[in-house]
Parts: sequence; C-alpha cells; structure tokens
Amino acid sequence: MKRLNRFFWALAAPIAAVVFTLIFVSIILLMKGASPLSTFQLIASYGSQPENLVAELNQTVAYYLAGVAAAIGFRMLLFNIGIDGQYRLAVFIAAVVGGATNLPAFLEVPLIVITGVVVGALWASIAGYLKVKRNISEVISNIMLNTIASGLIIYLLQPGRLGLKGGLSDNLATPMIPKSGWMPSFHIMGGELYSFAFVAIAVGVLYWVVLNKSVFGFNLRATGMSFRAARASGVNAPRMVFITMALSGAIAGLTGMGELLSHTHTYSLAFPTGYALTGLALALLGRSNPVGIAIAAFFWAFLEQAAPALDLNGVPKEIVMMMQGTVILATVTSYEIVKRITRRQQQRLVGAAEAPRVDAVAKGVKS
Amino acid sequence: MKNSLANRLWKIITSPSRMMLTVGAVIIMISLVRQYTGISDITSPGAAGATIRFTIPILMAGLGGLWAERSGVINIGLEGMMILGTWFGAWFGFLYGPWVGIFAGAIGGALAGILHAILTVRIGIDQAVSGLAINLLGMGTARFLSGVFFLGKGGDINISPQVNSIGTFTVPGLSPFLTEIGSKHILVISDVAGVCAGFITKINWASLVLILALPLTAWILWKTRFGLRMRFCGENPVAAESLGVNVYRTRYIALAVSGALAGLGGAYISVISTGNYLEGQTAGRGYIGLAAVIFGNWTPAGVLAGSVLFGLTDALRVRQSTSVHALLLVVITLALAYGVSKLRKKDWKGFIIGVVIGGVVLAYYLINKVVPDEFVTFFPNLTTILVLAFLSQRLRPPAMAGAPYRKGEESS
Repeated sequence: MKRLNRFFWALAAPIAAVVFTLIFVSIILLMKGASPLSTFQLIASYGSQPENLVAELNQTVAYYLAGVAAAIGFRMLLFNIGIDGQYRLAVFIAAVVGGATNLPAFLEVPLIVITGVVVGALWASIAGYLKVKRNISEVISNIMLNTIASGLIIYLLQPGRLGLKGGLSDNLATPMIPKSGWMPSFHIMGGELYSFAFVAIAVGVLYWVVLNKSVFGFNLRATGMSFRAARASGVNAPRMVFITMALSGAIAGLTGMGELLSHTHTYSLAFPTGYALTGLALALLGRSNPVGIAIAAFFWAFLEQAAPALDLNGVPKEIVMMMQGTVILATVTSYEIVKRITRRQQQRLVGAAEAPRVDAVAKGVKS
Repeated sequence: MKNSLANRLWKIITSPSRMMLTVGAVIIMISLVRQYTGISDITSPGAAGATIRFTIPILMAGLGGLWAERSGVINIGLEGMMILGTWFGAWFGFLYGPWVGIFAGAIGGALAGILHAILTVRIGIDQAVSGLAINLLGMGTARFLSGVFFLGKGGDINISPQVNSIGTFTVPGLSPFLTEIGSKHILVISDVAGVCAGFITKINWASLVLILALPLTAWILWKTRFGLRMRFCGENPVAAESLGVNVYRTRYIALAVSGALAGLGGAYISVISTGNYLEGQTAGRGYIGLAAVIFGNWTPAGVLAGSVLFGLTDALRVRQSTSVHALLLVVITLALAYGVSKLRKKDWKGFIIGVVIGGVVLAYYLINKVVPDEFVTFFPNLTTILVLAFLSQRLRPPAMAGAPYRKGEESS
C-alpha cells in the first residue's frame, strides 16, 4: 500500500505537467482558431514518419549528452548553464584539430573526440574554479563564459585565422576533416543513423555506474546533498565541486561530436545553439535518471522535428517553443508541489506513530 | 562590519570630491588620448548621443536586476522580460503611438516578472530554472505573437510594422555653441563641450523620462520604509518576517517592478532605437544588465557606471571601431598607474598584476590596428568575469539573494 502510494506520487508529477502543458497549448491553439486535436495528430503523424524518426534519433543523441552533462551538475546542485559554450568551443576546436591532422582512423577519431572532451572540461573548469575559490555563482559566470565563447569562435573562424570561406555553402567553416576522421552511419529506414549513438549509450551506462556504484559517485552525491556533512566526514567537498563541473563540461564537449564526425565533418556557425537550456530542461524532466533523460530527449527531438509541419498547416511552429518552456515550468512546479504533499504525508505518519508516546510523556509530566 | 563596509563603499561612490577627482582624471586622460591618436569621434556629440541610446536599455535591465536581487530573488529572466518589452512596445506603439507602446512594454515585462514571483516565491521552484524558462517562454511568445499579429499589417514573421517616432529636443543656443567649441580640438575643453553637446542635442524625450528610473530607484531603495524592508528581505528574510515584514508581498512587488523596468528597456530598443520590433534585437542585453549589477556592486550608482561603460563600448563599436582601439590607451594607463600606486605600499603582487596587464594590453595595442568587433561584443562579459575573479572580496551582494525561502521554515 505504502509502495503503491509512493509510486502514484512519483508518476503524478510528470503526468500533471504534461496534462497542464497540453491544456495550456490547446487554449492558445483555440485562440488562434486552430483545432488542438488535429494539431496534436499532425505532430504525432509527422514525427513518426520513418525518415523523420532517424533524424530525431540523431538529435536525441545530442540532446541526451547535453542532458547527462546537466544531470551530473544537478547531482552536485550545480547549474551548468555553460553547456552551450562548452559544447560549441569543444566542437570547434575538435574540428580544427581534426582538420589539421591526418592520422590513421584508429588514432584520428579518438584524437578528435578527446580534444572535444578536454576543451569542454577546461572551459567548464573556469566556472568551477571561480565557484570553489571565489564563491561565485556558476550560473552568472557560465552565462558570461557562453558569450565569450561565441565571440572567440566567431573571431577565430574568420578566413586567415582558423577558418575558411566557401566549401559547399558560403558559410565560414573550419577545414574539412580527412576521411580517416569520419565515423560511419547506418542506413536504416531511409535515413543515416550516426554510430556515435553507441558512445552516447556508453556514456549513459557509465554515468549510472559511476554515480551509483563507485566511491567517487557516493562522495559526489553526498557533497550534493549536504556540502557541510560531506566535508565533516572527510570528503574534499570543494574539490568534488570542481571535478563535477569539469566532468559536466567534458560530457558537454561530446554533445556535437555525432554531427561533426558522421555528418558535417567541419564546424560552421550552422551548428545549433541553445543546448544548455535544452540539456537542463531534459535533466529536470528526466529527474537526472539516465533512462528518464533519454525518454525526455526523444520527446524533445520529436517535437522539434514535427515543428515545420505545423507551419505548413497554418499553425505557427513557435508553439513548440512555448510548449517546451511550459513543460519545464510545469514539471518543476509539479515536482515541488508533490514533494511538499508527500512530505506532509510523512510528517502525518510520523506524527501518528509518535502520538501515543508523546501522550504518555505528557501524562508523565503532569503526574 | 558588513554595514560599515557597505557604508564606506556608498560614501566612496557618492563622495563629491573623490567623484570629481576621478571624473576629472578620466576626462583629461581621454582628452589626451584623443589628441594623441587624432580620433576625434571619441568625444564627439554624436558619440555621446549614441552612448545614451545604448546605455539606457542596459541601465533599465540593470535596475531591474537590482530591484530583484535586493529583494532576495535572482532574476535571470531579464532577457525574456526585455524580449516581451520589445514586442509589446512595438505592437502597441504601432497601434496607439509610441508612448502607449513604451507603457505596454513595461506591462509586458511586469507580467513576466509576476510569473517569476509566483513560481519562485509562492511555489518555491529554483530561481535559475524559472528565469531560464521565462527566457525561453519570452522568446517563444514573441515569435508566436509576431506570426499571429504582424502578418498583413505591414510586418512579417520576425519584424513589426514601423512605430511613429517620439520627438527629440535640443537646448537652443547652448547646443550649437558647445558643438562649435567641441569641433575646435582644444585639449580638455573641446572634449567636455563635445560630450555636453551630445547630452543636450536631439535627445529623445523617452530617454529623459526613462533615466528618471535611476534616481527614483535610489530614492525608494535607500530613503523609504518600503526600500528598507525590501533590502532587509534580501539580507535576511527570516529576521524580516519575524519583525513583521511581509516577505512574499515585498518580493512580489520587487519582481513586478523588476520586470517592468526590463520591459521598459526592451520597449526603448524597439520603439526608440530601431522604430520596430526585430527578432533577436535584445542580443543578450538582459544578461549584460545582470553583469552591470555585479559590476556596480548592487548599488544604483554602480549600475549606472557599469551601464555607461558597456553602453559606451557598444556605441563606439557601432560608430567607428578604431575608437575602441584608442581607448585601450586609457586601460593601459590605468593598469600601469594601479601597479605604480601599489609599489609605494610595497605590495609586489599588486604591482606585478598592474604592470603585466598594462604590458599585455600595450603589446596588443602596438601590434594591432583595431580591436576586433567580436572582442568588443563580449567586453561586458569579460569585464564581469574579471571583476568577479579579482575583486570578489570587495563585492557585497545581498546576503540571501538566490537562496530559497519558505515562510515559517528556517533556511540553512
């Protein structure tokens, strides 16, 4: 009974969030004069077409890694809004390194990937250092670092520095990575699925194992739950905060690798931005659980893939962006409310269990 | 201790003699730089006017951040609130005239501010999550509404129809006189005259009205009972509540004002600066406002200083990028002067820091002819990081800004 109760409340939050979002979006659609039901049908049918599914899966991989990067931070109560800068700087420098070297494939691919990981970790560790040594909110420093990263990339991407003009499009881009630095894709359902998906799966497994089964993971979670308690029991808590930030950045550095290694083979400004917000949202939706994040990431990619179809049918596709914003707020809000309800239930249970003893004590005092 | 430190900072910033000395020194330095490099745009009336136009949105966002953080809530949603301000400002400005537009921008921002208050104060979700989601919602809402309203009205999916402009005013007689002196290139006198001419030539009425938010904020926060209570909520909400201050209500009001100010900043951009709504035109100014709050050490005068600094670099970048390069000379002089002043007190670390920074910038100045636009773009952000990294001991943010607070629960 108790377990059933807990199960109910655990599911109540996400369901309430989704229902609230659907209602909110329906109201907006009705105001716009579109039918909510047919709009949702349209999203569902367009999103589940085979060739779109593959694109969604590829996008899911990137979102998933951003989500895991955010989730690592969350375990330490760190809010890594810098994922965006970390990921872009990592892909950019990895692309530059890849374009400048031409090693055999078994060296070239790891070289590019490791470059990305290291760059992401280093960029994140600036914020980590400021947090630990100067007690500066990682949110503020990361927001600033994101803009600095964008500026640096645009500066370095100019022709004559590290970038080239031309190529297929007229965009500024880094030199092409040689074929030995390409990762294969699988032809399925009329699309190309990046093999980098396996790396993402491995990261997810590693994330779960390290966090739940290792001493390091235990220390990390302990520091996140109570900085002071962890410190008192001998964990070097500031060091854990720093390492967590760097780790989060390292995973963020992997985010764009699938796209780079299997598809574009060059970095240009066409690489999407805004992964920080998405990653944080997914980690919140998935409650920092590797499977939860994967489901949320697919949901997110599904919505975005379906967005263009809405435009063709007279519904502004920006409704998807509003849906995402609403989902975040609704999820966090409902988790908070559920937390309060269950806590009150627990308090009542404890109170009921303790009541006879309290009465006895009170009687004892009286007599 | 904390109080005395805050008092001292406040006194340094407001002390008239010191302020005059600093301002005088900077003016003379800039004047010398102008004379030496021959780039006269630095102190031209045009540059001064442009600086005002670029400063005001940042100042509004910064004051919005100040209101929120002084009451104890960090407002990362400033950017989203500004975006709503640009949209509401442009649309209602198009329908009913620019002044109504600016007012509507404030309302749009305030609504988002109240949403932030409901989520963080009432429900108690993480302040950063709420702020970021509001940024996403603001962006999405503005895009969505553009698609609904602008099409067929002379606008497009990412651009609004043109708003009528608000008149400008020029002080007759004095303005041409000062402009005349400004163009004579006399050391110091021309520079002061040029800048002053910029302040009284073709100034938008809206600029004049919005800038009143600065003294008003300073007065409300430091001279009224409500302001004292609001700062109390930011320093120690538990104690404030125990002394009968309604923390929730105070924060609701503070966040509504915060949103309204950010919305005003947004409306200024769309209605005054460009004359219509363009998607993405806030370009992260909400975040720069946040930076101005930190740079200004959570005081109105400091926020103004930060906004002017960031607005000035923005304005010079747009007008003539060689000006920014010339201003590096000021940075070099300041850094070297800092180092030498430390030498007198035998503070070797300070000396080395000053000389190294001065030397590096000097080397850069000599090697390059211009500062790349990209660097100027992230100058506010870099400055903030450096201020945070090197001056964090001098900074004094509100003690409980960002900390969750529930009525009746002791926060840790």
